[in-house]
Amino acid sequence: MIKEVFITETNCITPIGFDVAVNIKNIGKAVSGIQLQNNPKLLNTPFYAAVINDAELDLAFAKVTSAEGYSRLEKMMILALEPIIKKSNIDLNERTAFILSTTKGNVTALENQENIDPAYLNVLAKKVADFFGFKNEPIVVSNACVSGILAVSVAKRLIQANLYDNVFVVAGDEVSKFVLSGFNSFQAMSNLPCKPYSVNRTGVSLGEATAAVLVSSNKENAKIKIIGDGSINDANHISGPSRTGEGLYRSIQSALAEAKIDSNQIDYISAHGTATPYNDEMEAIALNRLGLENVPVNSFKGYYGHTLGASGLLETVIGIESVNQNTLFTSLGFDTIGVSQSIKVIEKKENADIRYFLKTASGFGGCNTAVLFEKVN
Amino acid sequence: MTVNKNYIHSFCTIQKNTVFLNGEVVFTTEENSFADFSKKVYKHFEINYPKFFKMDNLSKLAFLGAELLLTAADENSAENNTALVFANKSSSLDTDVKYQSSISDSEDYYPSPAVFVYTLPNICLGEISIKHQLKSENSFFIFADYEPEFMENYCNILLENQKADRVLCGWVEYYNEEYKAFLCLVDKKGETEHNHEQLKKLYNK
Amino acid sequence: MEALKQELKSKIIEVLNLEDITVADINDEDALFGDGLGLDSIDALELIVMLDKDYGIKLVDPKEGKTIFKSIEVMADYIAKNRVK
Repeated sequence: MIKEVFITETNCITPIGFDVAVNIKNIGKAVSGIQLQNNPKLLNTPFYAAVINDAELDLAFAKVTSAEGYSRLEKMMILALEPIIKKSNIDLNERTAFILSTTKGNVTALENQENIDPAYLNVLAKKVADFFGFKNEPIVVSNACVSGILAVSVAKRLIQANLYDNVFVVAGDEVSKFVLSGFNSFQAMSNLPCKPYSVNRTGVSLGEATAAVLVSSNKENAKIKIIGDGSINDANHISGPSRTGEGLYRSIQSALAEAKIDSNQIDYISAHGTATPYNDEMEAIALNRLGLENVPVNSFKGYYGHTLGASGLLETVIGIESVNQNTLFTSLGFDTIGVSQSIKVIEKKENADIRYFLKTASGFGGCNTAVLFEKVN
Repeated sequence: MTVNKNYIHSFCTIQKNTVFLNGEVVFTTEENSFADFSKKVYKHFEINYPKFFKMDNLSKLAFLGAELLLTAADENSAENNTALVFANKSSSLDTDVKYQSSISDSEDYYPSPAVFVYTLPNICLGEISIKHQLKSENSFFIFADYEPEFMENYCNILLENQKADRVLCGWVEYYNEEYKAFLCLVDKKGETEHNHEQLKKLYNK
Repeated sequence: MEALKQELKSKIIEVLNLEDITVADINDEDALFGDGLGLDSIDALELIVMLDKDYGIKLVDPKEGKTIFKSIEVMADYIAKNRVK
């Protein structure tokens, strides 16, 4: 008998809210966190991004602790984890793991060449872990833009293997000069708030956020059940997605096979939808290959921008609310379909009975992750 | 979890200008830089893959290790379900620092896309996947130190859950000319048992 | 013009890390992408940075690169006409 694994607590810190309820309220009203930024310290031209207000962040952090010496990202991660660790009342003993997911962590520490120690991801993880007193060494997942959802898959696998009973997962990344300049050099930035799957999409808007979940073998308080997962590489190109969507197609297949359900049972897909021409096209192809073209799909990038290592977990947290509130949320920024194969992008918020929910992500290095969830009664 | 035994099919270590395969020195040289050393290794093993020279140091290190363990025979099989599970301490920091220097001076601000793409540790998994056509499970982890217990557990999970037929796993650390790769090919059959004591022993060898 | 072509060839070899290829190996009319030198999308982006850095040419539309980077011949011609440094 394979162990059942659930997500029992969730939280997120984003430009549109510092808890799940506020985020959902704003998403329901189609409020986006993406705004025009005029910050030459980050990029020499104005750009669209979803950024957390420093004063609000510091205020929220001060309510949790008077401790000092934490970076913006560390504050965001601690704020995401704090309420769920407290509420769960779980001992942070050797049966409780801590996974931190990020792509670039405290990369801003590289701006100070005197001491680049904080830029080490293990140092970041240790600092967050020590704030709460985790007994186990932190596990850091750094696998480009699938990191956040891959961390859920890793947590589930570790629990199934009976290595832990509970795994706290935090995922986060911030908008930095480093990442902005890089995406810009890739000509991958949108000159308007991003428009996933739309015909006139031109690229990503970057964003920053953290999300946290508790993955547990304990069904009590379960918000959703994790029933299958896969993370398969395209083996095609290090920066461009496969034209055939091979890795994503296989990742979803792997998740379906494990969950022992058919693709036609999936009720809702929270896809990656970065709004670059190639990513969205690739996703449409992969979904069609699996016969998922009529399943309601959205991208949350129109609300949050691309939050890199946070995105997969953040969008899972919001997706879980969709399932439990029986609501399909608008894929913000979408107008006219702009992918070659038809997919059913959610144009307007609507009610729907959702039992099976699929979360996907894809990223640099040719990586893809798919995780399937099932509603718990 | 009921664990069937898995085995270390082969392993390789690359450090200090030397390449070891299954514990034996197969190449050693005296070079002043990793760039020169890695090029010598590439030539010595008659690897013909010009893209190698576009890779950053971490990818070169991981790629060379994988070249030694994933043989030509594997590439010919139609479905090669060999998963990749890598970890290190410094992530892509060596390239991050290089990239940062290209954007720190506003008078000389020319971010390079070819450098930026390597500012993610998992790019080396992509490079290996492309070369060996591994459409397989991929994951990159960061730890303060080599974690043989985690590696053992995670490899076993992939094999037990039929997510992979074999796993190429290990440690690929590169920062500022300090480097070490220790890779193992873990299979369901073989002679050397796959467990964390063994992984630790071979790593320190 | 001849000097610029030679300069471009050695720059491309250096910037794009083309090992085992020499200036003499690249003909002025050779296709740089696809079957020719086999450059890919990241190389194209890198050439856009090179145009900016070394010749002060900023491409507004990256798609322009496709025509400009057709061959050394075409590239040299474009740079000669548009360079500001």
